[in-house]
Amino acid sequence: MKFGVLVFPGSNCDHDTYNVISEIAKQPVTMLWHDSPNLENCDAILVPGGFAYGDYLRTGAIARFSPVMQSVKKFAADGGVVLGICNGFQILTEAGLLPGALMRNAGLKYICRQVYLRTETTNTPFTGTLKKGEVLKIPIGHMDGNYVCDAETLAALERDDRIVFRYSTAQGEISPEANPNGSLGNIAGILNEGRNVLGMMPHPDRSSESLLGSADGYRIFASMVLALQQNESRSPAVQEVAAR
Amino acid sequence: MKAHVYVTLKRTVLDPQGQTIQNALRKMQYQGVKDVRQGKYFVLELDGSLDAAAAKAEVERIAKDVLTNPVIEEFTYKLEEGA
Repeated sequence: MKFGVLVFPGSNCDHDTYNVISEIAKQPVTMLWHDSPNLENCDAILVPGGFAYGDYLRTGAIARFSPVMQSVKKFAADGGVVLGICNGFQILTEAGLLPGALMRNAGLKYICRQVYLRTETTNTPFTGTLKKGEVLKIPIGHMDGNYVCDAETLAALERDDRIVFRYSTAQGEISPEANPNGSLGNIAGILNEGRNVLGMMPHPDRSSESLLGSADGYRIFASMVLALQQNESRSPAVQEVAAR
Repeated sequence: MKAHVYVTLKRTVLDPQGQTIQNALRKMQYQGVKDVRQGKYFVLELDGSLDAAAAKAEVERIAKDVLTNPVIEEFTYKLEEGA
């Protein structure tokens, strides 16, 4: 199992994300530069936070044209697991891997603080070790996290159980007061149709050690590791070895 | 030839920056403004290798594929001959 962390000019959570995988999850991980021609056989791709290409034009707008994103699109289409965090989520929506868009926060301010998220589904490679309704304390740090989509897309997300996290109170109540940025339906994270791509504005990479105020974010990476291990044990290569 | 491309948020999308500007105008007692939508303005200087019809098609393609996010934004443009 190997994780790949994408690095764009302007990414600034690439090392945080790398550190979680190498030091806490203790799994192989490599950095993939934005003009990398392939994904070096990685089994999961992490699109970190930051300001890829300075957020010029729109957040994520230039990043989606980079060579590495062409490989990520193919990887995702083949069922590869992709997690986009913050700017990574913005890049995945711009790239069309996730529906909707992330607009300027309703309050027009950059917000950097701890928030609470309610887990809405566990039927994903990212939340398999969580319980439905479980509340996680994970920080946000963004200016453009106000999720929007049209009514049809929202209906599809709800119908297909593709809303993974909603901003909530510490008790798990979904309310306007618990919504930091004006996101439609308090949406903090969503899946693609194939359920293998998750985009979320909050930072699990900044909440994977209790020293940082919360280790709740690590539950997401731990779920990914477990899902990938289960996938590996089912893969033809492993079965071939096991059959010997 | 130059292409002037104007990108704004769709009417159906809330524009909090536009609203803030409008509120400020009202507080400063400017008169007669009903609504403010803010956006982006791009000037593309064309190299003359395309005729007007081809330039139009290319500018539309650029505006659709790159300059706007069709989920939240829309655009208008005009071509300026001989500029």
